[in-house]
Amino acid sequence: MDPKELIARRVAQDIKPGMLVNLGIGLPSMVANFVPAERGVFFQAENGVIGLGARPPEGMEDKHLTDAGGGFVTAVPGAASIDSAMSFGLIRGGHLDMTVLGGLEVDEQGRLANWKVPGKMVPGMGGAMDLVTGAACVIVAMQHCVKGASKIVRDCTLPLTALRRVDLVVTDLAVLRPTEAGLVLQERAPGVTVAQILAASAARLIVPDRVPEMVV
Amino acid sequence: MKGALSPAAAAALIPDGSSLLIGGFMGVGTPERLIDALVARGARGLTVIANDTALPGRGIGKLISAGCVSRVVASHIGLNPETQQKMISGEIACELVPQGTLVERIRAGGVGLGGVLTPTGLGTEVEEGKQVIEVQGRRFLLETPITADFALLAAFQADYVGNLNYALTAQNFNPVMALAGRMVIAEPDHIVPVGVIPPDAVKTPGVLVDHLLVRGV
Repeated sequence: MDPKELIARRVAQDIKPGMLVNLGIGLPSMVANFVPAERGVFFQAENGVIGLGARPPEGMEDKHLTDAGGGFVTAVPGAASIDSAMSFGLIRGGHLDMTVLGGLEVDEQGRLANWKVPGKMVPGMGGAMDLVTGAACVIVAMQHCVKGASKIVRDCTLPLTALRRVDLVVTDLAVLRPTEAGLVLQERAPGVTVAQILAASAARLIVPDRVPEMVV
Repeated sequence: MKGALSPAAAAALIPDGSSLLIGGFMGVGTPERLIDALVARGARGLTVIANDTALPGRGIGKLISAGCVSRVVASHIGLNPETQQKMISGEIACELVPQGTLVERIRAGGVGLGGVLTPTGLGTEVEEGKQVIEVQGRRFLLETPITADFALLAAFQADYVGNLNYALTAQNFNPVMALAGRMVIAEPDHIVPVGVIPPDAVKTPGVLVDHLLVRGV
């Protein structure tokens, strides 16, 4: 399976019926493809819609209806359009059940860095700091390594997005649960060994006696 | 509401060096004809306060490409490589603000509040140089209000007295910015007679709007 699809499918399992969920740009946005409509989940796009729907058919796009990446979308029955103050009121005020975000680094304390590589890339934090601060549950969806370097590190070297400990990290190799004691290796990707995950992680991982394979 | 202006007449009201709140999110809900007129007039030294700088060739991206802007206050510039290049080269000074903080700072400026207390940014680079205030046992950053010389808005409909409504995700920062500009110029998709927008559907009351842009052709 494509690594990004694996990550998206695994994250989708944690999305429960009736939740309000915000998906970040890129890989996290793929998660919606694996959440069945009958689960009754509302997806929020922070630019101003609750109840984000699929891309419209060619030629049916509405220039006034886009997602946070600027791509054309539709709205599902029951959707609401909101302004930015309401949108971030929902996020910061604890009304958002879950956010799924990409990451550059996650460290042993479960802290996320995902908005800046000093001197190289300064895109800005957009809504990420508010999302990590305010969402009830924060899931980081990212590749375990980039160009051979682990993104699971002892201490973030890149600027932090927030002090908050994220709730779950889903990569193409593993599911990690940050706890007060450290990062617990909760699941392995299909066909991946614990030894391979440890070798691909710059952080120390807490390895339980039994680490089941992801069921995706 | 003082009346409807041509884009060129509106751009002529905006001197070089002005600060502008500009509505929009990746160019959606951005007053494009006003921006085109500012580019055509060769505006210089503008401060732009907006969620983002869109893409080159779109919305605020056109002002960046044309060299109209010397300072940007935004939450995200990652999809406009020109803004990043100009920031790195020093041509544009850039202040990055978390999106939820940016909208509340503008709201605070517009509604007469002395600032906002937010947990967003605590323990990050955003905290640097800011006061941390404890309220009921929780820590918050004090973020200061933002106002500007002009607010340039995009709306869906405007009526003859300047009442505005918005369409779907094109509202974004527009309704909040309507309160925080000392002069407010709105570019609606449609201008309709008074009464067409029912009072309950008015999102920005016309008393806040100084000028509309004339209908597009």
